[in-house]
Amino acid sequence: MLFFSYFKDLVGREVTVELKNDLAIRGTLHSVDQYLNIKLENTRVVDQDKYPHMLSVRNCFIRGSVVRYVQLPPEGVDVELLHDATRREARGG
Amino acid sequence: MAAAEEESAVKEPLDLIRLSLDERIYVKLRSDRELRGKLHAYDQHLNMILGDVEEIVTTVEIDDETYEEIVRTTRRTVPFLFVRGDGVILVSPPLRTA
Repeated sequence: MLFFSYFKDLVGREVTVELKNDLAIRGTLHSVDQYLNIKLENTRVVDQDKYPHMLSVRNCFIRGSVVRYVQLPPEGVDVELLHDATRREARGG
Repeated sequence: MAAAEEESAVKEPLDLIRLSLDERIYVKLRSDRELRGKLHAYDQHLNMILGDVEEIVTTVEIDDETYEEIVRTTRRTVPFLFVRGDGVILVSPPLRTA
């Protein structure tokens, strides 16, 4: 639940989602669900020369299970808040 | 049990990671990737948020002529990174010299 809540608060921000097939997509986080499926808007592929077939994709749904990383905007990370939430979650909250 | 003792006791594997909160940890991932970064959040799947992350990717290429293995490592740094837990192989806390 921790990361679901965290990503919900991140809606509207620019993130870069890196997939397990090495494709990296940058876009505005539109929505997220409990599986950490992600919908991005105004997307662009980071390495357009390598993946030209993605040029016309402007928004997309990404299945949570194929995500490797999400690069987060520094202003969207409240370290203290994350620590507290993590400790709560670790206690079984 | 005293409250302080309860905080620091390692009874189950995830307790070790709890004690590494706000510390720099080493994470080994699938597909020959390694991360070093400060642990800011995690859950029971080992999804994590790391700060000041250095990623090291190791690739092995075979030389066309000599058939020798050429090991290359590529490094990059990312300010804040969410890591999906299903790629995690191991997590190692910082060395504690006490």
